[in-house]
Amino acid sequence: MSVLASGAQNLPGFGDQPIWIILIKVLAVFVFLVVMTLFAIVFERKVVGRMQNRIGPNRTGPWGVLQSLADGMKLAFKEEIIPVLADKPVYWLAPVLSAVPAFLAFSVIPFGPVVSLFGHHTALQLTDLPVGVLVVFACSALGVYGIILAGWASGSTYPLLGGLRSAAQVISYEIAMGLSMVAVFLFSGTMSTSQIVYSQYHTWNVFPLFVSFVIYAIAVVGETNRAPFDLPEAESELVGGFHTEYSSMKFALFFLAEYINMVTVSALATTLFLGGWRAPWLFVDIFGDGVNEGWWPMLWFTGKVIFALFIFVWLRGTLPRLRYDQFMHFGWKILIPINLVWILAVTSIHVLRDNGWEAWQATALPLAIVLLVVVVPALMVWEGNSARRQAALLEEEQAAAAIPPTFPLPPMNLVVPKTKPLTPAAVVTPVELEKSE
Amino acid sequence: MSDELVPVVPGENPPPSTFGAGGTPTRATSGEPAGTLLGFAKGFGLTFGTMFKHVYTQQYPFDVYATQPRYHGRHVLNRHPDGLEKCVGCELCAWACPADAIYVEGGDNTDEERYSPGERYGKVYQINYLRCIFCGLCIEACPTRSLTMSNQYELALDNRQELIYTKEQLMAPLLPGMEAPPHPMRLGDDDKAYYTVESQAPLQQGEAQSTANVAGVPITGNAHQVGGLHSPDKNFGRQG
Repeated sequence: MSVLASGAQNLPGFGDQPIWIILIKVLAVFVFLVVMTLFAIVFERKVVGRMQNRIGPNRTGPWGVLQSLADGMKLAFKEEIIPVLADKPVYWLAPVLSAVPAFLAFSVIPFGPVVSLFGHHTALQLTDLPVGVLVVFACSALGVYGIILAGWASGSTYPLLGGLRSAAQVISYEIAMGLSMVAVFLFSGTMSTSQIVYSQYHTWNVFPLFVSFVIYAIAVVGETNRAPFDLPEAESELVGGFHTEYSSMKFALFFLAEYINMVTVSALATTLFLGGWRAPWLFVDIFGDGVNEGWWPMLWFTGKVIFALFIFVWLRGTLPRLRYDQFMHFGWKILIPINLVWILAVTSIHVLRDNGWEAWQATALPLAIVLLVVVVPALMVWEGNSARRQAALLEEEQAAAAIPPTFPLPPMNLVVPKTKPLTPAAVVTPVELEKSE
Repeated sequence: MSDELVPVVPGENPPPSTFGAGGTPTRATSGEPAGTLLGFAKGFGLTFGTMFKHVYTQQYPFDVYATQPRYHGRHVLNRHPDGLEKCVGCELCAWACPADAIYVEGGDNTDEERYSPGERYGKVYQINYLRCIFCGLCIEACPTRSLTMSNQYELALDNRQELIYTKEQLMAPLLPGMEAPPHPMRLGDDDKAYYTVESQAPLQQGEAQSTANVAGVPITGNAHQVGGLHSPDKNFGRQG
């Protein structure tokens, strides 16, 4: 905080705000996050429903939009059950520790450029630091304390195991997530979120740093404990992981934290890779630079966050849950090595360009070296392994097929006949019933 | 191919199958692009495309769907064309019931008080719909075709007592020409005259015994009205 207080270190537009503007921004961020959480839950249930030929919640309010509000109200009035063996103070502290950093992380997310607010010129961002992105990173790391303390304080074995698994997962994927940000820092030359958005004036980072973006996108799914990496919570297999023993508002806080984290990582993906609050070029081409000024950027920012949320939901609707060892294998042995090699390449490109190389030479040489020295051998080894596996599998299946089955099997090439969807019959009314009687 | 199982020689591909052509698709040879980029695209494309496809959700209490004609619904105790009960109180349905859902007590008919043609009638008849699994074995067991099933499926209540249906609830309604028992046999003086094709004719000519028993007609009861209450703006066929 002392860094923020000393005027010299302040980023432009963040040192001299009157307190009432800060309060307005705090309220706005809080409301934004709560509304986005309510929205995200209904959005997720609706979209997953559509992906499964269902319509999702449709009872509460028009098209069911008030469903999560109703659920939240219900949760608040639920009976609170605290296990006898619970460590009361820690048990109480854990959901708070989970929810507060989730809110905090959003304080450095830029919603838009400098606007005029009641006669004051101020950025649409609560605050910013020279190390802004690290604040988000630190907050997500703090959230792990909430998870692990919840598991510990419940005084029950399964929540403890669930808490450990959640913590292990979040910490593992934080490494991949952090490394994928390194390339962004190198590319933009800053860790401040607002500066990173400004540095994407010409091109969004997603294009030059596509590898980082993909790794970030995968890592944050693990980081937020979302499907297909939701193995600590695994609704269909376990009861709920670390929050099994939580009920009523305390459970609601965990739920809130999970969804806010989802919104936060979506907002961070928007900021780091998708041009932040900048409008897509199509709009800039059509309407001119005006779309990147004033309050319009709020629209682009929210739209991009919702797009990222849709990707989360899409993943959940498509992929089955991973096994724990597969999950850890993927994080440590695939995502992190690829990330390291990629950072090496990005760094080399930067150094060569700083030494006066032509842009294409500086890009081509490191990529060629990485390709020849790392990617091609790795692919060859992988190919050999998979061919060997395939051959072993074939052999195994042929051996299995050689043993005649001891029981009759149905034909395995049955084709499911097409059925017509049911159409509602004419609604039979009591009046018609009486007539037919 | 004969019924004998032919041992497959390893290396022969595909292994000849005794059951249908083509053999069993195996993981190694099924040609699914699993684990490739194409496989990813296929999977994600499927879920994305499904969003714009037909939704199978049925708005049940608001839209009532017809069942299949032979849907196993609530039971009906049928009547002869003169209104006498077909049930003879033999308890075969109760014995057949695997869920022990049916309770029958037989009673003796007298000339003064006759409920069914013949000696005996079902004095007490109860079906417990908390136990019934709608397997239809009772229908198969019934020797007089007294017990049949309707298509009515709205059998949910908030009350265990009311889900034990009694004889009064299960009896088919009286149709025109029927008379509430007890009364003497109207179709003939003795068994031989009563059970002839001619005397049983009104039933043989395809007349519905009751609307509760007409195949494929959905019978709406409580749930329809309860469902209607959820949306007061829509008057689902209810008058006024």
